[in-house]
Amino acid sequence: MTIGLGHYLAVAATLFTIGILGIFLNRKNIIVILMSIELILLAVNINLVAFSTFLGDIVGQVFALLVLTVAAAEAAIGLAVLVVYFRNRGSIAVEDVNLMKG
Amino acid sequence: MSFSSAGYQLLPVLPELVLAVGAMALLMLGAYRGAETTKLVTGLAVVLLVLTGVLELMLPAGKLTTFGGSFVVDDFARFLKILAIIGSAVTLILSTEFLSDPSRRIFEYSILVLLSTLGMMVLISAADLIMLYLGLELMSLALYVVAASNRDNAKSNEAGLKYFVLGALSSGMLLYGASLIYGFTGTVDFAGIAAAVKTGSVGIVFGLVFLLAGLCFKVSAVPFHMWTPDVYEGAPTPVTAFFASAPKVAALAVFTRVTLTAFPGIVPQWQQILVFVAIASMALGSFAAIGQRNIKRLMAYSSIGHMGFALVGLASGTVEGAQGVLVYIAIYVAMTLGSFAVILTMKRNGQAVEQISDFAGLSRTNPMLAFLFAMLLFSLAGIPPLAGFFAKWYVFVAAIKAGLFTLAVIGVLTSVVGAFYYLTIIKLMYFDEPAGQVEPMRIELRTVLAVAGIFNIFFFVYPGPLVSVATAAAKSLF
Repeated sequence: MTIGLGHYLAVAATLFTIGILGIFLNRKNIIVILMSIELILLAVNINLVAFSTFLGDIVGQVFALLVLTVAAAEAAIGLAVLVVYFRNRGSIAVEDVNLMKG
Repeated sequence: MSFSSAGYQLLPVLPELVLAVGAMALLMLGAYRGAETTKLVTGLAVVLLVLTGVLELMLPAGKLTTFGGSFVVDDFARFLKILAIIGSAVTLILSTEFLSDPSRRIFEYSILVLLSTLGMMVLISAADLIMLYLGLELMSLALYVVAASNRDNAKSNEAGLKYFVLGALSSGMLLYGASLIYGFTGTVDFAGIAAAVKTGSVGIVFGLVFLLAGLCFKVSAVPFHMWTPDVYEGAPTPVTAFFASAPKVAALAVFTRVTLTAFPGIVPQWQQILVFVAIASMALGSFAAIGQRNIKRLMAYSSIGHMGFALVGLASGTVEGAQGVLVYIAIYVAMTLGSFAVILTMKRNGQAVEQISDFAGLSRTNPMLAFLFAMLLFSLAGIPPLAGFFAKWYVFVAAIKAGLFTLAVIGVLTSVVGAFYYLTIIKLMYFDEPAGQVEPMRIELRTVLAVAGIFNIFFFVYPGPLVSVATAAAKSLF
């Protein structure tokens, strides 16, 4: 059996779904949410690189590199906000994020 | 001096370059001189924004492109960039009091606003998916930090955290959509996508849905509005004013550009999504606002509703619709900034008051303030002859011309429901017993309120310039 584009897309779609579920079903810790976000971005990168290879077009890989860079900045900012939050509240449990009801 | 290097014309991005270099220079100034430069940095930031706007207007007329066609400056981009710059500059002016408190002398605030504005300008000019993503992230990353900028306030931190988590999720969805669109069309360029998308194959429509979901989050349209009330309530009030103005302009701009220039071939596919989103946003914005007690939460629902009205214009998918969106967003920015100037004034004994009941009897203690706020609220409700009425008029006419009768009728009905909660505040101000004296209005708030109020009241006398500029801008997209 050869591994085709469909297989890569299936892996990416699975990772993406796990990431989304990780954000919505997670009732414990905000760090887990940050990990889920990374998972979503990884799924996107697999998509981009797979498409790029199968289309024979380099733009997808350039896009993937830019996504990696931005993901690093995003993680840095997320952790910084989280540290400030922890200093004020002394907890990073998801159920404690409830000062305002939406 | 030559603006051409490595085969790229740098002239179209000159305003962005000036803004980026200026923001970094101000960062150095603040880093070396410390927190006492906060006031100076804020002042220079406003000057820098004005300079950027002037440079933008001085660019050669017509359509300019650079970076291999991924960055485009047309009339549409010019109009919305100027609007976004006005929103950011006015927000910085509104923030002077917030930043003057000794415990909150954070010069980084102004620099983050500048960088966010840079992101908005890139976003407005984006003509491919990569530039769209980079602009969106530059804008959003700065906004997450600004929301949490009141470091010692737990509510502000929580607002920043919620905004970050949901914002990152939405950019993930947008990116997933972008990767699918790239895969099924073979290009990231909007013009190339438009050429490839003649029929809506499943893969492309799938990608489009994810892309629109990400964009709906940024304009806070239902069903991706959940973050808006919490972030608006928790963030410091000047930051809320910022969130309600400039980022909305940029997000709506890219929404319009993507749908109209990259997917003109499959209008029916995205039209039904936009019709649903617009109806849901208008309905939620009207009904959910009725029970609110906090004025900032109320403004959040109000902005959700207004984005729904603006999307009515976009849903029609015509030149009139795009023109309606542009007129709507310009008038919306003026109304919102004026309203926030009033909300920032509401202080008793040095404490900001945010409850709607605190506005009671304002007409007896501050008649002029109450009058202008009442006019802004009438305008937000869309009552003629104020500016807000014309904003709604243009989008509804566009919807009717495009045959979207149900959408237009539902829009008018929800705007009637929406008028109820604006009128409640006016009734409180004019017919209830005063809740006490408010502190005198600061000069910069007074100026912003006066300009916004005059614009709203007298727009009908001379609507020509704004409407004709918006028409030219809308035509440059087609």
